[in-house]
Amino acid sequence: MTDCDVIVVGAGPGGSLAAKTAAEKGLDVLLIEKRQEIGVPVRCAEGVGREEFEEFVMPVEKWIASEIESAELYSPSGYRVKLSADQAGNEVGYVLERKIFDRYLAMLAGKAGAEVLTKTSAVWMKRENGNVKLGIRCMGEFQEITAKIVIGADGVESRVAKWAGIDSTLKLNEIESCVQYLMTDIDFNPTTTYFWVGRKYAPGGYIWLFPKGKDSANVGIGVMPSMAERPAKYYLDRFVREKFPEGEIVEVVVGGVPVKGAIDTAVSDNVMLVGDAARHTDPITGGGIINAMKAGYHAGITASEAIEKGDYSESFLKRYDTRWMNDFGQTLVRNRKLQEKMLKLNDSAFDRLFKGIGEMPIGEMNVRRLALELFKKEPKLLWDLREFLV
Amino acid sequence: MKRLAVNRYKCGYCGACIAVCKFNANELVETYLEIYHDKCTLCMACVKTCPMNALEVVE
Repeated sequence: MTDCDVIVVGAGPGGSLAAKTAAEKGLDVLLIEKRQEIGVPVRCAEGVGREEFEEFVMPVEKWIASEIESAELYSPSGYRVKLSADQAGNEVGYVLERKIFDRYLAMLAGKAGAEVLTKTSAVWMKRENGNVKLGIRCMGEFQEITAKIVIGADGVESRVAKWAGIDSTLKLNEIESCVQYLMTDIDFNPTTTYFWVGRKYAPGGYIWLFPKGKDSANVGIGVMPSMAERPAKYYLDRFVREKFPEGEIVEVVVGGVPVKGAIDTAVSDNVMLVGDAARHTDPITGGGIINAMKAGYHAGITASEAIEKGDYSESFLKRYDTRWMNDFGQTLVRNRKLQEKMLKLNDSAFDRLFKGIGEMPIGEMNVRRLALELFKKEPKLLWDLREFLV
Repeated sequence: MKRLAVNRYKCGYCGACIAVCKFNANELVETYLEIYHDKCTLCMACVKTCPMNALEVVE
């Protein structure tokens, strides 16, 4: 006998979706979150594409900060490429209020029947008689809980991955080091997202501005530690001083975003990893919310099948690997390769490319597609990238 | 002796340093970064990764 069927460690979008899905399948689910407040502190730029997002959850006004219709990208010397969705006829993305959104998803998990515990960390994990035992510290009190399956949705710093023996350590060219300010008193169009690319701004990454309503915006940066000579904060501060000298910073957000591409496996006996813990973030955009939710869903379904069969072995759980791989894993692999090519572009190459493009309509916000459009203008690069263009 | 030090006034407890540590020499306990000096090899991976410049090697 175990205390429950599934313990989900971490109540971000991936963990909550996993808990919700497993609970809806009738499993006895415990969802634990180490923070005392779900959703805080935020570690995210909060942007999502509309279409895929709505497959999982219909937007609710209280956690939609902005609806996005267009994007502007700037090269190091200031050439601009505009992406607009006029032809699509509606908004292409949302900027979320993660503090509220994450709680909303955790509540959906709770309503589906999962038990939710906050200020509760997983402290250790061991396998025993085919099951798994988790030591947890719940509001300071130690407890041991046995379960059939643990779903590790415990973020970029995942302990579950390490306990499970899944090596997901990131090299210095497999992570973006990120800082973001929530800024007010700055000028921007509230339905446009902005990107600044090139080594001058952000070595191995980019700077973004995502509106949060009319009065404030997330202004952030990701840099690749293998390429950056200084900490991310240095580059962001320099940018903010230059572009928004009058702006005020009302919140600081810090994070590490995996850009490793797909890992070989996100499972071992009794364990599945979801979201940042499984390095499910997109190597080009750094976006991870939708992939985490997809992975959470697949993990929840796989957990219910495993428990029905009474088989929690790695070989059974491999079907979770197959599912996320077929859903978005191939894209992670492809975008990692594409990112490696993009990292070779120097600033004058970005300037030339942007100068040549100007304006283009898009049906959906898709940075990969933009990258391909950019490279079409540069035949030498195009040859390099031929495998991506089919 | 050289050792890794965290400036808690700078640390944003984001966990990036843990993701790049192959020696399991650190852990984020809620918002408190714990460093296990016995495991740390001073490889500098976390120092280079920290977005806030909160980690350094001190004498």
